[in-house]
Amino acid sequence: MSLSAQLAGAIHASTETDAGFAVTSSGLSKRFGGGQLAVDQIDLAVPAGSVYGFLGPNGSGKTTTIRMLLGLIRPTAGSHAMLGLPMPGRQADALPLVGSLVEGPAFYPHLSGRANLTRLDAADATADAATARRRIDAALARVGLLGAADKRYKAYSLGMKQRLGIATSLLRPRQLVILDEPTNGLDPQGTREVRALIRQIAADGTTVFVSSHLLAEVEQVCTHVGVMRAGRLVYQGSLAQLRGQAGLLVRTPKPELAAQVLAELGLAGIRQGDGADQEVTAELGAMLPEVICERLVLAGVPVAGLETPRRSLEDEFVELTGEGFDVD
Amino acid sequence: MSIEQGDRALPQAAGGAVAVRPRLDWPDEPRLAQRNPVSAWLRFFASEIRLVFGRPRNLALLGVLGFVPVFFGVVFRLTISSVDGGGGPPFLNQLAGNGVFLALVVLTVMLTVLLLPLSAAVVSGDAIAGEAALGTLRGLLTVPAGRTRLLAVKYAAIVVFSLAACLLVAAMSLVMGLILFHVGQVTLLSGTTVSLGAGVLRVLAVAVFAAAAMASLSAIGLAASTLTQHPVGAIAGVLIVTVASEICDQVPQLSAIHAYLPTHYWLSWDGLFRSPTDWSGVEHGLVSFAVYAVIFGSIAWAKLTSADVSS
Ligand SMILES: Nc1ncnc2c1ncn2[C@@H]1O[C@H](COP(=O)(O)OP(=O)(O)OP(=O)(O)O)[C@@H](O)[C@H]1O
Ligand SMILES: [Mg+2]
Repeated sequence: MSLSAQLAGAIHASTETDAGFAVTSSGLSKRFGGGQLAVDQIDLAVPAGSVYGFLGPNGSGKTTTIRMLLGLIRPTAGSHAMLGLPMPGRQADALPLVGSLVEGPAFYPHLSGRANLTRLDAADATADAATARRRIDAALARVGLLGAADKRYKAYSLGMKQRLGIATSLLRPRQLVILDEPTNGLDPQGTREVRALIRQIAADGTTVFVSSHLLAEVEQVCTHVGVMRAGRLVYQGSLAQLRGQAGLLVRTPKPELAAQVLAELGLAGIRQGDGADQEVTAELGAMLPEVICERLVLAGVPVAGLETPRRSLEDEFVELTGEGFDVD
Repeated sequence: MSIEQGDRALPQAAGGAVAVRPRLDWPDEPRLAQRNPVSAWLRFFASEIRLVFGRPRNLALLGVLGFVPVFFGVVFRLTISSVDGGGGPPFLNQLAGNGVFLALVVLTVMLTVLLLPLSAAVVSGDAIAGEAALGTLRGLLTVPAGRTRLLAVKYAAIVVFSLAACLLVAAMSLVMGLILFHVGQVTLLSGTTVSLGAGVLRVLAVAVFAAAAMASLSAIGLAASTLTQHPVGAIAGVLIVTVASEICDQVPQLSAIHAYLPTHYWLSWDGLFRSPTDWSGVEHGLVSFAVYAVIFGSIAWAKLTSADVSS
């Protein structure tokens, strides 16, 4: 965990000078009226152009964070900026460039999908009425709803509602799209389509900030992840970094000697397997396995086997967020 | 798709800070900067009007309001010939002589038996709380519609609805009066007679005055609407305020505060049917309505612009 904390710190430290972040926050916190600390001093750094997976179990504070980012609720401490503009001071300038879907779709039930989008577009002081029809149809087409555009919203299926919610974030070209659990209620096919849509949005150069409580759902599209647990941001970094923390496993009849060599090489987390299984494990770090093997052999350690097992992302994620089913 | 790819980075201004510049590869964006704020307001307002007048429930309300004059017209037509007035609301005695007075009777009844206040309460109490309950409020705020702008557009649409409701009642009453009763020159309360056209104009002035009363009540409803996420609570609150105010207005011991009650001037338009026209009641009423609108409009604004929207 110390490594991820370091990484988060390093990323955040550079935000003051580096303009390449779509969202930054420092010490952002929210304590609700009941006294509950829903979000606890998080320092977000969402690189521009990234697809940032915002992960965490139920109740970990994802939606609360997104509400604060969008200016819907006031942080009780800390500050944040979107697209380099301080919020909420410059929200009138920032929000038109940010598309969002917060906590599920919400629309007028008696209006059609198209009429609902028209309503939202009309509320946008900076949207052009002359192009509204074309933009709305384009957004509907992108989420595959053009065929059901004139159906009343209350007649939509759960998946269609979710798609319409995503369509609102596509009414205009955006620099940042924030999607809160966009795959909620979608069938596997729909989930795949949302992933494809996210890829497509990102390919246009838009930063995508997508929350989910399932790593597997966003793993394939994310370039970066932030992991929430009980209101704290417990990990933030690129997916490659999260994935890249490989281990080292050496099988040898002389585990003590092997451990000694590994220690000389400066590897961390060295552990000798107990008793019968003659294994030594350590964290690989930046060391190359072939170099380690050579050193072991030179030091007279008979190497029966050497592996660099990569922990699955799922394991990594579960370690970060806890195993428990209960909400903490 | 990695962070290193420079082409994905945000556009940078010379100073190194992020410049939020619309992308130019979208045909509509170059016009962004020159967008006319007035037409943007009108577009939002038109959308709000469509929403208010397109709600099935609000249309049903207007339907009921339009039907009541028909009902009263027929009832009065059947009973007046036998009972011949006596008691009842003011202007009822004049009704047999001139159908124009039907509008005044109906407006008086509908203001006192809560039908018009109910429609104002429903539309205003629903304005913010209804959006919060549906969850559409967060969508509007992230567009961003702007909290102050949203409130202004909402109130403008509510005022239009109140005006439409009162004019509908007046118009239906005039039509029914024309069909069911004798219509001709209008004899005012002071005994002078004016032409039918002048009489109708005075009736329409009463309808506009009633709409102003409903607009001030709607400001109370709008404030209530920002304080709760349950539209029914806000609507009930407005009706309770109305009834409480009307009761207080009847209690002689409370005469000191009568002039400050929100409902006190609702019927103070009879001066319009005197010659020369006595404006004092209308003037006092409009001042009272404006004061209430400003006070409760400010409460609504203060609440909405500072509220956490977590519905
Ligand atoms: N309006 C509110 N008032 C009080 N507490 C709240 C409010 N909204 C959220 N909370 C609390 O804040 C915590 C975080 O909630 P949040 O909705 O942000 O979680 P989440 O990560 O989005 O969860 P999920 O995956 O279930 O959507 C929860 O414990 C919740 O009970
Ligand atoms: Mg959530």
